[in-house]
Amino acid sequence: MKLLRELFFPLVAVLAAFVLGGIFVWIIGDNPFETYRLLIGSAFSWPDGIGYTLFYATPLIFTGLAVAVAFRCGLLNIGAEGQLYVAAFATAWVGIKFGGTVVDVFGTPVNYSWMTLPTIILLPLAILTAIVVGAVWGAIPGVLKARFGSHEVINTIMLNFIAIALVSYFTQYHFKQAGDPILQSVPVGAGVHLPRLGSFIPGLPERIPLNIAFLLALLACVLVYIFLWRTKWGYAIRATGANPTAAEYGGISTGKQIVLAMAVSGGLAGMVAINEVLGYRYRYYDGFSANYGFTGIAVALLGRNHPVGVLLSALLFGMLIRGGIFVDAFSGKVSKDLVEVLQAIVILFVACEALFRGSFGRFGLLKRSKV
Amino acid sequence: MTEIFTIALIFSTIRTATPLLLAALGGLYSERAGVINIALEGLMLAGAFTAAAVTHYTGSPWIGLLAGIGAGMFVAAIHAVACIRFNADQVVSGTAINILMTGVPAMLSGALFLSSGSTPQIPKDDLIPWTPVVLALLLVGVTWYVLYRTPYGLRLRAVGENPEAADAAGVNVNGVRYSAVLLSGALAAIGGAYLSIGQSSLFTRNMTSGRGFIALAALIFGKWRPVQTMLACLLFGFTEAISIQMQGVFKPWGEEIPVQFISIVPYVLTIVVLAGFIGLSRAPRALGIPYQKEK
Repeated sequence: MKLLRELFFPLVAVLAAFVLGGIFVWIIGDNPFETYRLLIGSAFSWPDGIGYTLFYATPLIFTGLAVAVAFRCGLLNIGAEGQLYVAAFATAWVGIKFGGTVVDVFGTPVNYSWMTLPTIILLPLAILTAIVVGAVWGAIPGVLKARFGSHEVINTIMLNFIAIALVSYFTQYHFKQAGDPILQSVPVGAGVHLPRLGSFIPGLPERIPLNIAFLLALLACVLVYIFLWRTKWGYAIRATGANPTAAEYGGISTGKQIVLAMAVSGGLAGMVAINEVLGYRYRYYDGFSANYGFTGIAVALLGRNHPVGVLLSALLFGMLIRGGIFVDAFSGKVSKDLVEVLQAIVILFVACEALFRGSFGRFGLLKRSKV
Repeated sequence: MTEIFTIALIFSTIRTATPLLLAALGGLYSERAGVINIALEGLMLAGAFTAAAVTHYTGSPWIGLLAGIGAGMFVAAIHAVACIRFNADQVVSGTAINILMTGVPAMLSGALFLSSGSTPQIPKDDLIPWTPVVLALLLVGVTWYVLYRTPYGLRLRAVGENPEAADAAGVNVNGVRYSAVLLSGALAAIGGAYLSIGQSSLFTRNMTSGRGFIALAALIFGKWRPVQTMLACLLFGFTEAISIQMQGVFKPWGEEIPVQFISIVPYVLTIVVLAGFIGLSRAPRALGIPYQKEK
């Protein structure tokens, strides 16, 4: 019964979003059924549909978990976008400075490294960099809130813009190869490339960028669950989120929990870099994030801030991103922006939970319990 | 050094500050009434797209502007109903509105103009390059007057500071909040419309590029007060204007200052002022808290 209740609101929200989105598609003069067939149908084919869906879901699992951990502490981390950008740049920096000789965009071998580290040291170092740099950038608004009481929402929004501007500056002025028309860094060394899952799974071609980062994302779901519900730190974070005054009386230093939750949140957001830099592009690419940080808010809300829910809703949104490309290519009037519209409606409905309680409450299923 | 501080720079500052100012004044109404409005970006986009599209069809920027205002108020109404009627988290709802408004104009322009997110070019004679600028400056005075010299302004501030007391005094708390959020939609939409049918001559995808958030920053930097907010908008407009002006000209140590460093000034200042380093910026006390009448 509890599980049913947990699933009920998200499912109704998704359904309502699809109905409203369908009406919108119909208004602009296209066939909603055909659009949804393209949007969802393309996700289930093997290997491309499933491979790409999981690949697109990977960053959303990280950002969804990031937002969820902060949420459990009563904080809204709108800053995952900035956190993943600084982390991605720093990760690429490690790969460039310690990765050894690479082949540049013109096909010439170049060495940008200070020293060449072996993969066994370099890869863990790069992954650690992603997490630590994300965590530090995430902890800043945490410290600002704990120390000065300034609202984390405003500070994370501001830090997003600062992060994006700074990494764009460093890429443009210091890490871009002269003559490269694209605003991207030079490539990272081959030693830091994460293997694609295609090299282990028969039938999955290696051109599909699904990589080890997806497995790390699954691991992160388990670790976040253990952290939040099986450790004293997680308990303190949840107590702070549930009732800061009571937590403070209970001997929990809420300021510390705020900083810790924001750091963990930032670290999780930073892990997007593992998928993007080490597993997919093998360089820092300016503006690579397709709003992963903001979609993470939808993922976390729809997943009720629980790792299992986050995983499921990340898969849903991964599927929609994959399907959106097909809608763009094959649909007459509808563009992949439909995915953003659906996402926004989902967030609105989940946020307006009272809407469902009000109208469905009298049917009894939800009346007895306040979810 | 002196040749870049010209009359042109002053005009350029005012022009870049105008959309910020309109959106920030919009945010001021909403937030002084206690409803967080991080949806300013989305409201601006609603106004910008609708104004450009309607001006394209009717050939009249005035009808376009009115339509833009209508669109801004409609989208603001979604935010208002979510936050006030259904007690949705105001930041979450605002985020949803922002995402919605990157998607909807892109989809509509795709269907209407077969483009990927922009409207057709509007002839130069159909643009309103100066009216919104004058309007924005006038609205600072109007907002100050409304806020501090009218019964509505008193109620608005009361609702944002102490809704229980306002309610006890007979003020319709949620009614005032609805009106304030709708006003913010209208003003932010004018700011957006100025971008599409004032400064430029078409709507392009995400053309606000963060101005809604800079407006929010200016509102906080201006301590939620009309005149200070205007000064903050002028300061932020100045940083943008000077970064455009300086490109390739101003080289203090033999190299240009990268445009990225100037662009982050508003954001850094906001963090600093919010932390209380330059005078405390205090939000309205009931900001972000839904009001439920006791039964």
